[in-house]
Amino acid sequence: MGLEFYTSRLADAVNWARKYSLFQYPFVTACCGMEFMSVWAPKYDVARFGAEFPRFSPRQADLLMIVGTITERQGPVLRRIYEQMCEPKWTVAFGVCASTGGFYQNYSTMPGADQCIPIDVYIPGCPPRPEQVLDGLIMLQDKIQEKRGFVQLREKREHDAVLQATGKLKVIP
Amino acid sequence: MSIEALARAKEILGPAVVSTHSYRGDDTVVVKPEGFLESMRILRDDPEVAMNFLSDMTAVDYFGREPRFEVVYHLRSFKTGARLRVKSQLDEPEDGSNPVIDSVSSLWASANWNEREAWDLYGIKFRGHPDLRRILMYEEFIGHPLRKDYPKEKRQPLIRRPPDEV
Repeated sequence: MGLEFYTSRLADAVNWARKYSLFQYPFVTACCGMEFMSVWAPKYDVARFGAEFPRFSPRQADLLMIVGTITERQGPVLRRIYEQMCEPKWTVAFGVCASTGGFYQNYSTMPGADQCIPIDVYIPGCPPRPEQVLDGLIMLQDKIQEKRGFVQLREKREHDAVLQATGKLKVIP
Repeated sequence: MSIEALARAKEILGPAVVSTHSYRGDDTVVVKPEGFLESMRILRDDPEVAMNFLSDMTAVDYFGREPRFEVVYHLRSFKTGARLRVKSQLDEPEDGSNPVIDSVSSLWASANWNEREAWDLYGIKFRGHPDLRRILMYEEFIGHPLRKDYPKEKRQPLIRRPPDEV
Protein backbone atom coordinates (compact mmCIF):
# COMPACT_ATOMS: atom_id res chain seq x y z
CA MET A 1 0.00 0.00 0.00
CA GLY A 2 2.75 2.36 0.94
CA LEU A 3 4.65 1.69 -2.27
CA GLU A 4 1.56 2.29 -4.45
CA PHE A 5 0.95 5.59 -2.71
CA TYR A 6 4.57 6.52 -3.35
CA THR A 7 4.40 5.72 -7.13
CA SER A 8 1.23 7.72 -7.64
CA ARG A 9 2.80 10.74 -5.95
CA LEU A 10 5.89 10.24 -8.11
CA ALA A 11 3.72 10.27 -11.26
CA ASP A 12 2.21 13.55 -10.08
CA ALA A 13 5.67 15.04 -9.65
CA VAL A 14 6.80 13.79 -13.06
CA ASN A 15 3.69 15.18 -14.73
CA TRP A 16 4.23 18.49 -12.95
CA ALA A 17 7.70 18.61 -14.48
CA ARG A 18 6.36 17.58 -17.91
CA LYS A 19 3.68 20.21 -18.06
CA TYR A 20 6.13 23.04 -17.39
CA SER A 21 8.76 21.92 -19.89
CA LEU A 22 6.86 21.22 -23.09
CA PHE A 23 9.28 20.99 -25.98
CA GLN A 24 7.16 21.78 -29.00
CA TYR A 25 7.42 20.90 -32.63
CA PRO A 26 5.60 23.57 -34.65
CA PHE A 27 4.05 22.02 -37.77
CA VAL A 28 3.29 25.36 -39.40
CA THR A 29 1.49 25.20 -42.74
CA ALA A 30 -0.53 28.39 -43.08
CA CYS A 31 -1.34 31.91 -41.91
CA CYS A 32 -1.92 30.81 -38.28
CA GLY A 33 1.87 30.74 -38.15
CA MET A 34 1.87 34.55 -37.83
CA GLU A 35 -0.25 34.32 -34.71
CA PHE A 36 1.92 31.51 -33.45
CA MET A 37 4.96 33.80 -33.74
CA SER A 38 3.09 36.42 -31.79
CA VAL A 39 2.37 33.93 -28.99
CA TRP A 40 5.98 33.03 -29.01
CA ALA A 41 7.36 36.59 -29.05
CA PRO A 42 7.98 38.67 -25.89
CA LYS A 43 4.58 40.41 -25.83
CA TYR A 44 2.59 37.25 -25.07
CA ASP A 45 5.62 35.17 -24.21
CA VAL A 46 4.78 31.50 -24.13
CA ALA A 47 8.03 31.06 -22.19
CA ARG A 48 6.12 32.05 -19.05
CA PHE A 49 4.38 28.68 -19.37
CA GLY A 50 7.54 26.74 -19.98
CA ALA A 51 6.69 25.92 -23.60
CA GLU A 52 8.96 28.31 -25.44
CA PHE A 53 11.47 25.87 -26.78
CA PRO A 54 10.82 24.70 -30.36
CA ARG A 55 12.67 21.58 -31.39
CA PHE A 56 12.81 21.36 -35.15
CA SER A 57 12.99 17.61 -34.95
CA PRO A 58 9.91 15.64 -33.87
CA ARG A 59 12.19 13.10 -32.16
CA GLN A 60 13.09 15.62 -29.48
CA ALA A 61 9.65 17.16 -29.05
CA ASP A 62 6.74 16.23 -26.80
CA LEU A 63 4.14 18.70 -28.03
CA LEU A 64 3.06 18.71 -31.67
CA MET A 65 1.48 22.04 -32.59
CA ILE A 66 -0.49 21.74 -35.83
CA VAL A 67 -0.63 25.34 -36.95
CA GLY A 68 -2.68 25.78 -40.11
CA THR A 69 -4.55 23.94 -42.82
CA ILE A 70 -3.78 20.27 -43.37
CA THR A 71 -4.38 19.06 -46.92
CA GLU A 72 -5.08 15.47 -47.84
CA ARG A 73 -1.71 15.37 -49.51
CA GLN A 74 0.03 16.34 -46.26
CA GLY A 75 -1.79 13.71 -44.21
CA PRO A 76 0.82 10.93 -44.51
CA VAL A 77 3.60 13.43 -43.66
CA LEU A 78 1.79 14.59 -40.53
CA ARG A 79 1.10 11.03 -39.44
CA ARG A 80 4.74 10.15 -39.93
CA ILE A 81 5.91 13.12 -37.90
CA TYR A 82 3.51 12.17 -35.11
CA GLU A 83 4.79 8.61 -35.12
CA GLN A 84 8.39 9.82 -34.94
CA MET A 85 7.78 11.58 -31.64
CA CYS A 86 8.76 9.77 -28.47
CA GLU A 87 6.07 9.05 -25.88
CA PRO A 88 4.63 10.62 -23.85
CA LYS A 89 3.47 13.11 -26.46
CA TRP A 90 0.65 15.59 -26.86
CA THR A 91 -0.93 17.38 -29.79
CA VAL A 92 -2.66 20.72 -30.16
CA ALA A 93 -4.76 21.76 -33.17
CA PHE A 94 -4.10 25.48 -33.57
CA GLY A 95 -6.93 27.31 -35.39
CA VAL A 96 -10.14 26.11 -37.05
CA CYS A 97 -8.43 24.67 -40.11
CA ALA A 98 -6.39 22.24 -38.03
CA SER A 99 -9.44 21.54 -35.84
CA THR A 100 -12.20 21.02 -38.43
CA GLY A 101 -10.98 22.13 -41.83
CA GLY A 102 -12.43 25.59 -41.19
CA PHE A 103 -14.06 27.31 -44.13
CA TYR A 104 -12.42 24.98 -46.60
CA GLN A 105 -14.98 22.51 -47.83
CA ASN A 106 -13.36 21.09 -50.90
CA TYR A 107 -11.52 18.27 -52.58
CA SER A 108 -8.08 19.02 -51.17
CA THR A 109 -8.47 19.96 -47.49
CA MET A 110 -8.55 17.41 -44.71
CA PRO A 111 -11.58 18.14 -42.47
CA GLY A 112 -9.53 18.45 -39.28
CA ALA A 113 -6.11 17.06 -38.41
CA ASP A 114 -7.85 14.58 -36.08
CA GLN A 115 -8.74 12.60 -39.20
CA CYS A 116 -5.19 11.29 -39.23
CA ILE A 117 -3.72 11.79 -35.73
CA PRO A 118 -5.25 12.06 -32.24
CA ILE A 119 -5.62 15.61 -30.89
CA ASP A 120 -5.60 16.59 -27.21
CA VAL A 121 -6.63 20.25 -27.32
CA TYR A 122 -8.47 22.15 -30.05
CA ILE A 123 -7.98 25.91 -30.19
CA PRO A 124 -10.63 27.52 -32.42
CA GLY A 125 -10.26 30.90 -34.12
CA CYS A 126 -9.24 32.11 -37.53
CA PRO A 127 -6.56 32.67 -36.39
CA PRO A 128 -6.97 32.35 -32.60
CA ARG A 129 -6.00 35.28 -30.40
CA PRO A 130 -2.77 34.74 -28.47
CA GLU A 131 -4.80 34.73 -25.24
CA GLN A 132 -6.83 31.83 -26.61
CA VAL A 133 -3.65 29.93 -27.40
CA LEU A 134 -2.33 30.49 -23.88
CA ASP A 135 -5.70 29.34 -22.52
CA GLY A 136 -5.45 26.21 -24.65
CA LEU A 137 -1.95 25.61 -23.42
CA ILE A 138 -3.08 25.88 -19.79
CA MET A 139 -5.87 23.40 -20.57
CA LEU A 140 -3.27 21.05 -21.97
CA GLN A 141 -1.13 21.47 -18.86
CA ASP A 142 -4.14 20.55 -16.70
CA LYS A 143 -4.68 17.50 -18.89
CA ILE A 144 -1.06 16.44 -18.50
CA GLN A 145 -1.21 16.85 -14.72
CA GLU A 146 -4.45 14.88 -14.50
CA LYS A 147 -3.11 12.17 -16.86
CA ARG A 148 -5.90 12.82 -19.38
CA GLY A 149 -3.69 13.13 -22.44
CA PHE A 150 -4.43 10.71 -25.29
CA VAL A 151 -1.20 8.76 -24.84
CA GLN A 152 -1.50 8.82 -21.04
CA LEU A 153 -5.03 7.39 -21.16
CA ARG A 154 -3.91 4.69 -23.56
CA GLU A 155 -1.00 3.80 -21.28
CA LYS A 156 -3.35 3.58 -18.34
CA ARG A 157 -5.71 1.29 -20.28
CA GLU A 158 -2.84 -0.96 -21.29
CA HIS A 159 -1.50 -1.02 -17.73
CA ASP A 160 -4.94 -1.87 -16.36
CA ALA A 161 -5.33 -4.65 -18.92
CA VAL A 162 -2.06 -6.20 -17.74
CA LEU A 163 -3.15 -5.92 -14.11
CA GLN A 164 -6.51 -7.50 -14.93
CA ALA A 165 -4.85 -10.35 -16.77
CA THR A 166 -2.61 -11.06 -13.80
CA GLY A 167 -5.53 -10.78 -11.39
CA LYS A 168 -4.12 -7.75 -9.55
CA LEU A 169 -7.02 -5.53 -10.59
CA LYS A 170 -10.61 -6.64 -10.14
CA VAL A 171 -13.31 -5.01 -12.25
CA ILE A 172 -16.50 -4.55 -10.24
CA PRO A 173 -19.45 -5.02 -12.59
CA MET B 1 -1.12 50.42 -79.44
CA SER B 2 -2.71 47.18 -78.41
CA ILE B 3 -5.55 47.59 -80.93
CA GLU B 4 -2.82 47.55 -83.54
CA ALA B 5 -1.49 44.32 -82.09
CA LEU B 6 -4.95 42.79 -82.30
CA ALA B 7 -5.44 43.94 -85.88
CA ARG B 8 -2.02 42.65 -86.83
CA ALA B 9 -2.65 39.33 -85.09
CA LYS B 10 -5.90 38.94 -87.00
CA GLU B 11 -4.06 39.66 -90.21
CA ILE B 12 -1.22 37.19 -89.72
CA LEU B 13 -3.34 34.38 -88.27
CA GLY B 14 -5.85 34.58 -91.11
CA PRO B 15 -8.28 31.65 -91.21
CA ALA B 16 -7.16 30.29 -87.81
CA VAL B 17 -9.07 33.10 -86.07
CA VAL B 18 -12.57 32.22 -84.87
CA SER B 19 -13.45 35.61 -83.39
CA THR B 20 -11.89 38.63 -81.70
CA HIS B 21 -13.04 41.18 -79.23
CA SER B 22 -11.60 44.14 -77.41
CA TYR B 23 -12.96 45.62 -74.20
CA ARG B 24 -11.28 48.51 -72.37
CA GLY B 25 -7.85 47.61 -73.61
CA ASP B 26 -8.23 43.88 -73.13
CA ASP B 27 -7.74 42.28 -76.49
CA THR B 28 -8.82 38.74 -77.07
CA VAL B 29 -8.38 36.53 -80.05
CA VAL B 30 -10.10 33.15 -80.19
CA VAL B 31 -8.26 30.71 -82.42
CA LYS B 32 -9.05 27.24 -83.69
CA PRO B 33 -7.62 24.33 -81.68
CA GLU B 34 -6.40 22.75 -84.93
CA GLY B 35 -2.92 24.09 -85.67
CA PHE B 36 -2.81 25.85 -82.29
CA LEU B 37 0.94 25.47 -81.93
CA GLU B 38 1.48 27.05 -85.33
CA SER B 39 -0.81 30.01 -84.47
CA MET B 40 1.08 30.61 -81.25
CA ARG B 41 4.41 30.35 -83.01
CA ILE B 42 3.30 33.02 -85.48
CA LEU B 43 2.28 35.33 -82.63
CA ARG B 44 5.65 34.85 -80.95
CA ASP B 45 7.87 35.15 -84.01
CA ASP B 46 6.10 37.89 -85.93
CA PRO B 47 8.37 40.98 -85.72
CA GLU B 48 5.46 43.39 -85.14
CA VAL B 49 3.33 41.44 -82.65
CA ALA B 50 6.39 39.77 -81.02
CA MET B 51 4.59 38.17 -78.07
CA ASN B 52 7.76 36.86 -76.48
CA PHE B 53 6.41 36.39 -72.94
CA LEU B 54 3.71 34.04 -71.64
CA SER B 55 2.51 35.66 -68.45
CA ASP B 56 -0.27 33.23 -67.58
CA MET B 57 -2.12 30.20 -68.83
CA THR B 58 -5.28 28.67 -67.47
CA ALA B 59 -8.42 26.79 -68.45
CA VAL B 60 -12.18 27.18 -67.98
CA ASP B 61 -14.94 24.60 -67.78
CA TYR B 62 -18.20 26.01 -69.22
CA PHE B 63 -20.26 23.03 -68.14
CA GLY B 64 -23.38 22.62 -70.26
CA ARG B 65 -22.07 24.72 -73.11
CA GLU B 66 -20.76 23.52 -76.42
CA PRO B 67 -17.78 23.54 -76.72
CA ARG B 68 -17.30 22.81 -73.05
CA PHE B 69 -13.66 23.68 -72.35
CA GLU B 70 -11.57 26.72 -73.07
CA VAL B 71 -7.86 27.27 -72.65
CA VAL B 72 -6.71 30.85 -72.05
CA TYR B 73 -3.21 32.15 -72.68
CA HIS B 74 -2.12 35.64 -71.65
CA LEU B 75 0.69 36.90 -73.83
CA ARG B 76 2.85 39.96 -73.42
CA SER B 77 5.30 41.63 -75.78
CA PHE B 78 8.40 43.11 -74.22
CA LYS B 79 9.09 44.83 -77.52
CA THR B 80 5.87 46.85 -77.80
CA GLY B 81 4.41 46.46 -74.31
CA ALA B 82 1.15 45.13 -75.74
CA ARG B 83 -0.87 42.37 -74.15
CA LEU B 84 -2.95 39.79 -75.97
CA ARG B 85 -5.27 37.09 -74.68
CA VAL B 86 -5.49 33.98 -76.82
CA LYS B 87 -8.32 31.54 -76.24
CA SER B 88 -9.15 28.26 -77.84
CA GLN B 89 -12.34 26.29 -77.35
CA LEU B 90 -12.30 22.53 -76.97
CA ASP B 91 -15.14 20.05 -77.32
CA GLU B 92 -15.43 17.20 -74.87
CA PRO B 93 -14.98 14.03 -76.96
CA GLU B 94 -18.10 11.90 -77.37
CA ASP B 95 -16.51 8.86 -75.70
CA GLY B 96 -15.85 10.82 -72.50
CA SER B 97 -12.07 10.93 -72.97
CA ASN B 98 -10.02 14.05 -72.31
CA PRO B 99 -9.91 16.94 -74.77
CA VAL B 100 -6.54 17.43 -76.45
CA ILE B 101 -4.70 20.53 -77.64
CA ASP B 102 -1.12 21.33 -78.66
CA SER B 103 1.33 22.12 -75.90
CA VAL B 104 3.17 25.42 -76.28
CA SER B 105 5.91 24.51 -73.82
CA SER B 106 8.29 24.29 -76.76
CA LEU B 107 7.67 28.00 -77.42
CA TRP B 108 7.59 29.34 -73.84
CA ALA B 109 9.24 27.23 -71.15
CA SER B 110 6.92 28.72 -68.53
CA ALA B 111 3.96 26.94 -70.15
CA ASN B 112 5.31 23.65 -68.80
CA TRP B 113 3.99 23.92 -65.23
CA ASN B 114 0.88 25.89 -66.22
CA GLU B 115 -0.16 23.16 -68.61
CA ARG B 116 0.51 20.53 -65.98
CA GLU B 117 -1.83 22.44 -63.68
CA ALA B 118 -4.53 22.60 -66.36
CA TRP B 119 -4.13 18.87 -66.91
CA ASP B 120 -4.29 18.18 -63.18
CA LEU B 121 -7.36 20.26 -62.39
CA TYR B 122 -9.32 20.25 -65.69
CA GLY B 123 -8.11 17.11 -67.47
CA ILE B 124 -7.07 18.81 -70.69
CA LYS B 125 -4.31 16.91 -72.45
CA PHE B 126 -1.46 18.79 -74.06
CA ARG B 127 -0.03 17.11 -77.11
CA GLY B 128 3.78 17.22 -77.15
CA HIS B 129 4.20 18.21 -73.50
CA PRO B 130 7.53 16.84 -72.20
CA ASP B 131 6.27 15.73 -68.77
CA LEU B 132 2.49 15.79 -68.38
CA ARG B 133 2.07 14.72 -64.73
CA ARG B 134 -0.15 16.05 -61.95
CA ILE B 135 1.40 19.06 -60.25
CA LEU B 136 -0.86 19.98 -57.30
CA MET B 137 -2.84 16.84 -56.52
CA TYR B 138 -1.24 13.54 -55.62
CA GLU B 139 -0.71 10.74 -58.11
CA GLU B 140 -3.35 8.55 -56.44
CA PHE B 141 -6.05 11.16 -57.07
CA ILE B 142 -8.77 10.09 -59.51
CA GLY B 143 -10.52 12.68 -61.67
CA HIS B 144 -10.01 16.39 -62.19
CA PRO B 145 -11.37 18.43 -59.27
CA LEU B 146 -12.05 21.82 -60.91
CA ARG B 147 -14.38 20.33 -63.49
CA LYS B 148 -17.91 21.42 -62.74
CA ASP B 149 -19.16 17.83 -62.59
CA TYR B 150 -16.68 16.86 -59.86
CA PRO B 151 -18.70 16.53 -56.60
CA LYS B 152 -17.91 19.50 -54.38
CA GLU B 153 -17.41 17.53 -51.19
CA LYS B 154 -15.89 14.38 -52.60
CA ARG B 155 -12.62 13.63 -50.83
CA GLN B 156 -9.97 11.10 -51.72
CA PRO B 157 -8.01 10.62 -48.50
CA LEU B 158 -4.49 9.23 -48.58
CA ILE B 159 -4.56 8.38 -44.88
CA ARG B 160 -7.02 8.10 -42.01
CA ARG B 161 -6.50 7.10 -38.39
CA PRO B 162 -6.46 3.37 -37.75
CA PRO B 163 -9.94 2.31 -36.54
CA ASP B 164 -8.53 0.74 -33.36
CA GLU B 165 -6.83 3.99 -32.30
CA VAL B 166 -9.20 5.38 -29.67
